[in-house]
Amino acid sequence: MPLLHRLVRADHPSIPFTLDGTPCEARAGDTVLTAILTQADRLRLSEFTASPRAGFCQMGACQDCWVVLESGERLRACSTALSPGMRILTRRARVA
Amino acid sequence: MSAHSTSERPQPLIVGAGPAGIRAAQALVAAGLRPLVVDEAPACGGQIYRQRLVPDGRSSRDLYGSEAAKAEALHRDFAALDGKLDYWPQALLWNLRDGRADIMVAGTSRQVAHDGLILATGATDRTLPIPGWTLPGVFTLGGAQIALKSQGCAIGSRIVFLGSGPLLYLVAWQYMKAGANVAAVLDTAPFAAKFNLLRGLPLFPAIVLRGMRMTAELKLAGIALHYGVGDVRIKGSDKVDAVAWRKDGLEHRLACDGIGYGLALRSETQLADLAGCRFAFNQRDRALLPKHDAAGRTSVPGVYLAGDGAGIAGADAAERAGERAALALLQDRGLPHDPTRAATLEAELARIGRFRDVLEAAFPFPAHWVKNTADATTLCRCEEITAGEVRAAISRFGVHELNRLKAVSRVGMGRCQGRVCGAAAAELLAHETNRGVEAVGRLRSQAPVKPVPLTLALAAQREAAE
Amino acid sequence: MIRRLEVDVAIIGGGLVGSSAALALRGMGFSVALLDKGFCGAQASGVNYGGVRRQGRPIEQLPLSQRAHAVWPRLRALIGIDGEFLRSGHLKLARDEADMASLEAYAEAVAEQGLDLELIGHNGLRERFGWIGAGVVGASFCPGDGHANPRLVATGFAAAARRAGVEVLENTAVEGVTRDGEGFALEAAGNLSLRSRFVINSAGAWAAPFAESFGEPVPLSRIYPSMVVTEPMEQVMSVNIGMEGGGIYTRQVERGNIVVGGERALPLNDPDFSRPRGDGAIAIMNNAAALFPGLRHAQAIRFWSGTEGAMPDKNPVVGPSGTTPGLIHAFGFTGAGFQIAPGVGEVLAEIVRGGETQTPIAAFSIGRFSKISARTGAGSGAGQNQEPHYRGELRP
Repeated sequence: MPLLHRLVRADHPSIPFTLDGTPCEARAGDTVLTAILTQADRLRLSEFTASPRAGFCQMGACQDCWVVLESGERLRACSTALSPGMRILTRRARVA
Repeated sequence: MSAHSTSERPQPLIVGAGPAGIRAAQALVAAGLRPLVVDEAPACGGQIYRQRLVPDGRSSRDLYGSEAAKAEALHRDFAALDGKLDYWPQALLWNLRDGRADIMVAGTSRQVAHDGLILATGATDRTLPIPGWTLPGVFTLGGAQIALKSQGCAIGSRIVFLGSGPLLYLVAWQYMKAGANVAAVLDTAPFAAKFNLLRGLPLFPAIVLRGMRMTAELKLAGIALHYGVGDVRIKGSDKVDAVAWRKDGLEHRLACDGIGYGLALRSETQLADLAGCRFAFNQRDRALLPKHDAAGRTSVPGVYLAGDGAGIAGADAAERAGERAALALLQDRGLPHDPTRAATLEAELARIGRFRDVLEAAFPFPAHWVKNTADATTLCRCEEITAGEVRAAISRFGVHELNRLKAVSRVGMGRCQGRVCGAAAAELLAHETNRGVEAVGRLRSQAPVKPVPLTLALAAQREAAE
Repeated sequence: MIRRLEVDVAIIGGGLVGSSAALALRGMGFSVALLDKGFCGAQASGVNYGGVRRQGRPIEQLPLSQRAHAVWPRLRALIGIDGEFLRSGHLKLARDEADMASLEAYAEAVAEQGLDLELIGHNGLRERFGWIGAGVVGASFCPGDGHANPRLVATGFAAAARRAGVEVLENTAVEGVTRDGEGFALEAAGNLSLRSRFVINSAGAWAAPFAESFGEPVPLSRIYPSMVVTEPMEQVMSVNIGMEGGGIYTRQVERGNIVVGGERALPLNDPDFSRPRGDGAIAIMNNAAALFPGLRHAQAIRFWSGTEGAMPDKNPVVGPSGTTPGLIHAFGFTGAGFQIAPGVGEVLAEIVRGGETQTPIAAFSIGRFSKISARTGAGSGAGQNQEPHYRGELRP
């Protein structure tokens, strides 16, 4: 079950990306956080207890929403606009 | 890029393009200066008047409600400054020293000399740790508002808003208006505290009445409002599925899948600290904040504060404080400025300050929670340090100062540098050592104020100056 | 109101040297007061890099260093915590043949000192430490060295000393010390008047005025190392890393964060406080990302710096005063005090008890600065500043 529920922009152009290898679609204007959490219920696992996390402040302050791409690149999900083709992982607890 | 040669005086630097930063920029430009405005967001407005990434069919009225005209004016006025200032959006000022700022833009860091620094860094939600608050589905009130305003998303299909502060009711009301399913509002203050708002009527009747109207509309919509809520626990294994609380000795529980939580706001003060500003305890905000005079001058010549980063006062105050700080900068530079305007702004700010006292009484911070925070509850979300581990460190090492507690427990040492847990750690340390919260100190700021990549490229100095 | 206190030993400076001396002296039955102008363990020894390293020290430091080496694995028994000490090994990298030759010369010079150094060539490095990137031709490995959490160790010694009955007086700056009859009279902040038979001057970067007041001026300067720490990572490196001839030094803590040091920070207006420069920190970060491919996506989450007392010959001052009976100095560790400090604490306690120690410390005599020219440090690595520091804990 996704965490976030769209109230608008449902008909905006679709943007493809993958989540843990699965092809997904987001909408133009989505942040990485929105793109993930309208499909899934977590952004990442915490480093020390591997607990699911899904961000907190959504304004770039709490640093709880850093996600990793398959390339290893790191993004702060709430303050990064989704780009087409991003390959996002949510199941890795740490930066490799 | 900022244009100045080494012989010219460097530009004034404004950090933050919210209401305070925009009005500061406008006043400097009006006086013939060309400031550099640095902001982390892709568009101006700050958090309160944040803009969407793309249009989505909603009007300003939909987004900003009663404040739509103010939002539009700020966006429009800042756009009108185009060409008369330098504006770096999506830029992180991550270090300050010796009159120079290190600013990251698109993976490259530029070192910028500045002459006159206006910090309009805003605020984030203040929180205290509660069981389950790290679960997916729990967002701050500000975060819940951004999801709605900026992304057009609700944080759940059955949402509870929890905490204290005017934002609690505002966000609940905005969600309701947007058609989201709001299950309840849980207010940590007793209903009687709201009678304090009557004292605010002579100061700002429209604001008080609007708040009352929102509360009434929430009730009319059938949304339960619970006051005096305590011992709150958020339930769920991998995500939120309920919230439990006690009131008057009775246990309550409500199923939900999204929670917006906040206990009013806390100032973002890292850059003021790095700039070398002296701090003093602010009783109303229960925090050590950078000292400043009525015009926004700090203890460091040439460094000014404006907006919520100088102490929580809200967006209307931020607009005035931004302009006032700019006038102070002009005056301190020996440039023409308008003392009458400055006096008007200060009088308006003082009036808002008196209203803030009323709001604080109506929406008090439940500092007493920390004494009952369960040992197993995570206090520091980044480093995953529990309240029990913090208590053990306090007693093992005999610490009674916040930075010492950080050193021995790792509280506040993670990615967020204590933005989220710093207030709670201070309250817990004060309680455990039987001291006032003003006596335990504050977490000192360290650069980088937010994470930066190890591969951060350093722009050549020539490029930085051009 | 004046508070009076009388003890056997007054220790000025609650860093790792002072705190470990306090604990050792208390164990011998002495009454001890440990005074710090701020908080114990909050300056150099509390916020340094955390390297627990013998390799690279000048040969005259090695007996003392070996003595400290025996203390580190016993921390839990001594102070109740292990200080996150990890005997990971210390690997010193050579970037070219000249560096390698210098590592080889060092290994030969210290062959009898028990460091068990192992020289590793290019291929061996690739096999055993494949996570190190290109540009390294070889290394010297000291398997018994490691790293620890400085924030915990110094504070832990002070807390253990307090539990053992040491009078720990924080935020108590010593304003004056004089020789008085058979002992010393100290005046300290908070109207504290203290008498003692012995005084240990372990005041770190602030030690020179105390030495000078007893007719022993020293050329103590300040250095401000610069440190960067990353977010927690998967395991990138397994050993504590240094580089021949300086550059960066780095280690990964058990929780996953990577600490990288190098460069120099600059003091702030109040020279007791310092902070890394932005460009200096970027240089450290870029160097680390270039040297270790596993760090190319890492984010730095915090920098720090500190104030460290430094001597021109890079050796500390450790031993009895040349002018004043009962006064003992221990300061000026020049960025390499963390590993050696617990050994120094034991030695200081022995000097108080019996006037001498079996551990050779003649090279560290304060008397060397009263001669015409200062000695120069031997060895290859004393100056690479592996163990730097942070700004102070008390800010005005």
